[in-house]
Amino acid sequence: MSEQSRDRIFSRLYAGCRQPSISVPQPVPMPAKTYSRTEKIEKLKTLMEAMRTEVHVTDAQNWIHKLEEILRKRKLKSLVYPPQTTLGDTLESQWKNSAGDLPQLIPYEKEIEGFKDQLFNIDAGITTTAGAIADPGALILWPSKKEPRLISLVPSIHIAVLQAEKIYSSFLEVMQKENWSAKMPTNVVLISGPSKTADIEMTLAFGVHGPKELIVLVVEEY
Amino acid sequence: MTNLQPLDFEKNVARALKDKQLIKNIKSAMDTLVLKRKNIFSNTAETEQLRVLGNSTKTNALSKLPELLERLEKKCTQNGIKVHWAETIPEANQLVLDIMKSHQATRLVKGKSMVSEEMELNAYLQKNGIEALETDLGEFIIQLNHETPAHIIVPAIHKNKDQISKIFHDNIPDAPYTENVDELNAIARKTLRHKFKQADVGLSGVNFAVAETGTLCLVENEGNGRMCTTVPGVHIALMGLEKVVEKLEDLPPMLRLLIGSATGQLITTYVNMITSPRKEGEKDGPKEVHLIILDNGRSKIFADPQRRKTLYCIRCGTCLSHCPVYNRIGGHAYGYIYPGPIGKILNPQVEGLEAAGVLATASSLCNACEEVCPVKIPIPELIRRIRNESYSKDPASTVEGHGYKSNWIESLVWKIWTFINTSPRINAAGIKVLAALGLKLPKAGPLKQWTRYRSTPEFAPQSLHELVKQNGVHNE
Repeated sequence: MSEQSRDRIFSRLYAGCRQPSISVPQPVPMPAKTYSRTEKIEKLKTLMEAMRTEVHVTDAQNWIHKLEEILRKRKLKSLVYPPQTTLGDTLESQWKNSAGDLPQLIPYEKEIEGFKDQLFNIDAGITTTAGAIADPGALILWPSKKEPRLISLVPSIHIAVLQAEKIYSSFLEVMQKENWSAKMPTNVVLISGPSKTADIEMTLAFGVHGPKELIVLVVEEY
Repeated sequence: MTNLQPLDFEKNVARALKDKQLIKNIKSAMDTLVLKRKNIFSNTAETEQLRVLGNSTKTNALSKLPELLERLEKKCTQNGIKVHWAETIPEANQLVLDIMKSHQATRLVKGKSMVSEEMELNAYLQKNGIEALETDLGEFIIQLNHETPAHIIVPAIHKNKDQISKIFHDNIPDAPYTENVDELNAIARKTLRHKFKQADVGLSGVNFAVAETGTLCLVENEGNGRMCTTVPGVHIALMGLEKVVEKLEDLPPMLRLLIGSATGQLITTYVNMITSPRKEGEKDGPKEVHLIILDNGRSKIFADPQRRKTLYCIRCGTCLSHCPVYNRIGGHAYGYIYPGPIGKILNPQVEGLEAAGVLATASSLCNACEEVCPVKIPIPELIRRIRNESYSKDPASTVEGHGYKSNWIESLVWKIWTFINTSPRINAAGIKVLAALGLKLPKAGPLKQWTRYRSTPEFAPQSLHELVKQNGVHNE
């Protein structure tokens, strides 16, 4: 059925293309804005905060302490993380030396089919990012074998660690500089804030299906 | 689309106009949407440049539509996405059902998809023993209340929170009665999280499909779309065949236009780009991804260069929000899934003029829709085209059902009109007689309908010609 339908659809479309063609204007890209390093951090912070994201600018020595502070303040019970990554290793060693008042670290190491019930009950998730876009302010999540997609979606709090030097000026800039079209992975997500909706009377409400809170640690000289 | 009852547009409009609560809910939401869009596109020159880019991106993509679709199919297939083609709605529904059956699946969670509304997929699946659950908050509300969307972007906007409180309390087991929006959201979150976990298959629409990479791009704020496309083992994506763009680099401006026009945001919470099913070693994501590409009349619209512009539509819904008619009657009165200005041109072309041609009459041709359209669809021009074709017996007319309104009285009147106006003497004599008698047109025949809401024209004692001869022309 599908095959014959396909043929009929294409024969109509190709026939439609035989019309005396109208001149087709080539799309002219918009001039791209570029920002300095400081501007990029500032812009990202402003725009993401406007979307009710908590943004902390910190550095390589202090980000882990900032993270501990955030977790302690919220009295979280569990944190899911990507094991066998630099981030995962850092967390594991840090947790060993902690006073035991930090949330339990839960590695995402099984396939979702065997992990679903547990995952839906975890308080928070932590991920790295493949960078961010200053304008419009958004993180770039590039999930992988080691860093599954659902860490940033299912737990009520998503904490993302961002290297300051990976903030790009625009979406177009990161696509071009990183040659995305040659290496699109299974899934890429841009995230600009916690989950939200305005479906009831246009009243903005946060945390409808995805995370209720998004916390970004911008790390300089990572 | 099969409407249970033939569209009685006049009756629908009369009913909507009497519903004061409906009009109030719609008007207040549309004012908000219009204002938000205005703020996000405050730089007029830049917005115009962006709209020109949006228009040329769509013109360019549609000028090579079959090649791009073939490239998309090839790329998706290489990436492991299974591509299916549906010429009609029954075929598309059957494809979804077959995929469900091949997994013995009985539970489907759905992200927002206008194509699935066009297919009336939920009803079809329910008839076949499958639970199809809407998870977008607005869609969830109207599904509980057995309604169709009233707006493309904010489907439940015709209901206020008191009405929604009641819908939740009456339809969700153990839901307490609350009028607090945050609490209502919490009820939906709790109910639906459970469903995401249980579902066998997730379904979504597609905002843009990129031919270059075989990537499906979806935008959303809630996260339910990501849930549907990541948690269940199988993902089915539905798209109209016009949704393909050529390159990945087309996305940034198109997303800016779509999101700014739809919700007045710079970017949605999530921009989700899906290029393949779960790969070996990956721990989550669907193991199968299916892409169903629907025609349902689109390839016929494509064949006509003027009508083709209807297919530029990116479903942002901003023409609805800005339309003075939509603002006064809401979405349901139109009787089809696509309401407002875009519905006035799309439905008659898909369903035929006899079924839906009447929608094109619901316009004052104020041009607001064209002025805000992010891809510059000349909606008023297409409304006039549909109106003309409703009367046209010309075999070159391409809209199905053309000429359905043509009648001998009107043809005769126009013949006489042409004769009088191409014979100067008869014309002059006629004007003299009418002016002398100061005739009022009779409220009878077709004029009866015409004068129901309009004052009856009266012939002036002197014609324009005479006045000009007498007084000359004043150039101000």
